[in-house]
Amino acid sequence: MSALQPSELDRPALARGRSAAGADPGTASAALRRAEFGDRLRTLALAAPLLLLLALSFGIPIVLLLSRAVYDPTIADALPRTSQALAGWNGQGLPGDAAFTALAADLSDSQAKGTAYELAKALNARLPGARSQVLKTVRQLEGAGGKPPLDIMKSVPFWSAPGTWPTIASGTHAITSFYLLSALDLRWNADGGIERVPPEQAIFLQVFARTFFVAAAVTLATLLLGFPLAYLIASVPKGLAAILIVAVLLPFWTSILVRTAAWTVLLQKFGLVNDLLLWLGIADERLDLMYSRIGLIIAMTHIQLPFTLLPIYSVMRTIAPSQMKAAYSLGAKPFTAFRRVYLPQVFPGVMAGCLLTFILCLGYYITPALIGGASDQLISNFIANYVNVELNWEMAAALSFILLVFTLGLFGIFARILGLDRLKMV
Amino acid sequence: MKIAKTRMLALAAATALLSISHAFADELSIMASGGAWQDAQRKAWFEPFSKETGAKILEQEYLGDLGKVKAMVDTGNVPIDLVTVETATVLQGCDAGILERLDYSKIGPRDKFIEGSALDCGVGLDAYGDILAYDPTVLKEAPTSVLDLFDTKKFPGKRAMRKFPAQNLEWALMADGVAPADVYKVLATPEGVDRAFKKLDTIKKDIVWWDAGAQPAQLLASQEVVMTTAWNGRIQNAIDTDKKPFKVVWNNQILEYDMIAIPKGAKNPELAYKYLAYISKPENNAKLASYITYGPVRTDAASFVAADALPKLPNAPDHLAGAYLVADTEFWGDYGEDLVKRFNAWLAQ
Repeated sequence: MSALQPSELDRPALARGRSAAGADPGTASAALRRAEFGDRLRTLALAAPLLLLLALSFGIPIVLLLSRAVYDPTIADALPRTSQALAGWNGQGLPGDAAFTALAADLSDSQAKGTAYELAKALNARLPGARSQVLKTVRQLEGAGGKPPLDIMKSVPFWSAPGTWPTIASGTHAITSFYLLSALDLRWNADGGIERVPPEQAIFLQVFARTFFVAAAVTLATLLLGFPLAYLIASVPKGLAAILIVAVLLPFWTSILVRTAAWTVLLQKFGLVNDLLLWLGIADERLDLMYSRIGLIIAMTHIQLPFTLLPIYSVMRTIAPSQMKAAYSLGAKPFTAFRRVYLPQVFPGVMAGCLLTFILCLGYYITPALIGGASDQLISNFIANYVNVELNWEMAAALSFILLVFTLGLFGIFARILGLDRLKMV
Repeated sequence: MKIAKTRMLALAAATALLSISHAFADELSIMASGGAWQDAQRKAWFEPFSKETGAKILEQEYLGDLGKVKAMVDTGNVPIDLVTVETATVLQGCDAGILERLDYSKIGPRDKFIEGSALDCGVGLDAYGDILAYDPTVLKEAPTSVLDLFDTKKFPGKRAMRKFPAQNLEWALMADGVAPADVYKVLATPEGVDRAFKKLDTIKKDIVWWDAGAQPAQLLASQEVVMTTAWNGRIQNAIDTDKKPFKVVWNNQILEYDMIAIPKGAKNPELAYKYLAYISKPENNAKLASYITYGPVRTDAASFVAADALPKLPNAPDHLAGAYLVADTEFWGDYGEDLVKRFNAWLAQ
């Protein structure tokens, strides 16, 4: 920052000069703008290596992956002749024989080029059941034995079924809204409007809602635990505070996987938590804490506690205890003093801690996978499943994109309410 | 300036030489699904193969999902030469161009493998059973069939099942009265799929889902569940080495084959073939049974299986006395992807 200091010092004076000049676009203000622009460039130049590293290692890969959500050229690439044949098709009924013949030629080619499977998979994502039909047709075309391709195409009912050709036609455009709509449980209907998918296929809105609910519950739990603890640490003598801070930070030095595994030991049916509840008489039988929502929230709360606590503590440390005493001496009741003197000052820290925890919770993956049940899986688990098991990276990208938009939106709201400069991070 | 240039050249040459020498080093990288099964492969195959050929074996572990392999193949950086896969995913990997089509002339006579265990893109390693396991010290009444999973009246409590549609859908249909011979016919129809999921619905709230092969034994040991589906070798291993009191129910088991495949673009395919040929020899193929109770896939290997291992194998005569089903690879190749999708949507609801 030292490089900025001269201009920082100059700026107020210059700014006054500008306000004195008013709306007059005089040469002074132009010179000032040039000077400021130069300053900014110099600042940027200093940060350039960092920005470049961020862009290369972080920005570009993310953009490339997210672009898969809307850009899927698989079908267009695999069906060049069909795309041409469908160019003038109105989308009503079946296209002419020329389109069938073109498709047969493209399918034969795709087998030779090795793109048949990718094509089948891309069509299947849009039209369940298409995969085996495409591969079957490709095999039949391969072993045609002189039978005209057109007859083969006509002999497979799938290619004359309603819905097949509109799907192919929509697929011949590389830019697609299909995956983003799917990520919101929506789809195009036959009349070109957008509708909700049938209830047995609708999962993502539910999962997004669940993810936000769990994140909110964990945020609240960490706040309820973290606020008093932060107050305690801020008000005890230095030596004891150091010990307490180390105790809070201790989990930070163990990996999240280890902490999650430890919770599976504690929460299981014959684990410590159940033993304790029985012994204290709080529960009269062993509870199913593993593979449940409550177990998940307990484990996530433990892991997230330091993230909420530290920003709160760092703000509390700066508040002089004499302020509260002054409030009492002026006649405020304890709660009033807390509400009107203490809380407004720690509020930015509370907000920062809660926001940090909330956003981190949105991306939780390992803990729900190990401790949550089938109905406690969060959106990250679904993204991982599309990447690893279903090999449908377009869908994974679309879900990631929606999650990113939600998260940025949320951050934007916080920033508007509070002003970013008031968000006091550690 | 000139000195710098020479140094740069020397450095470049050294790097090039290093990478070349690395490519020639006899290293075979194998990715398998870990646990007791990988330990058994190490003793039965990895170590003897290393001794015989001098090749060094590098091991990796994964959960059996092809995503990891697809990422390697897509980016053109394939650090593994062999990967173990299951029958349900081997066709998917074949169609997707993730796995190499195998040249059996380099492996062994294809007709000497049990039917369905020598596929275009994967060759069988062993035969295993999907079975039911329970702890008799916890469950007073003994289950007599895998289908008892669906009887929550007689066997209350949580049961663990694999987080995957294969096997579970077959069992659901059989529990709903479909004969083993008709299971795949029924499951190939939309009504059949609905029927299977409806049957699973009846116990959905009692199911704990497992991913990794080692989990069923852990879930039983921690008494988190009263019964669990499992791969028979993992349970036998818990009985034999961990001295657990578990029992295996063979009636209505599903027989499957573990497969091994070469990912497209593997760096050392010749050595990979050498390994495949080695483990496909009947006397070597039978060795695995001494370390984990999975049977050989070579039809001519039975005489080589150690005498004490024979009665514990899933395809031992006693274990095929009741009903059983042989997993249909073709079926899962055709319908697997849609069923996985449907299953995951069902799980989430």
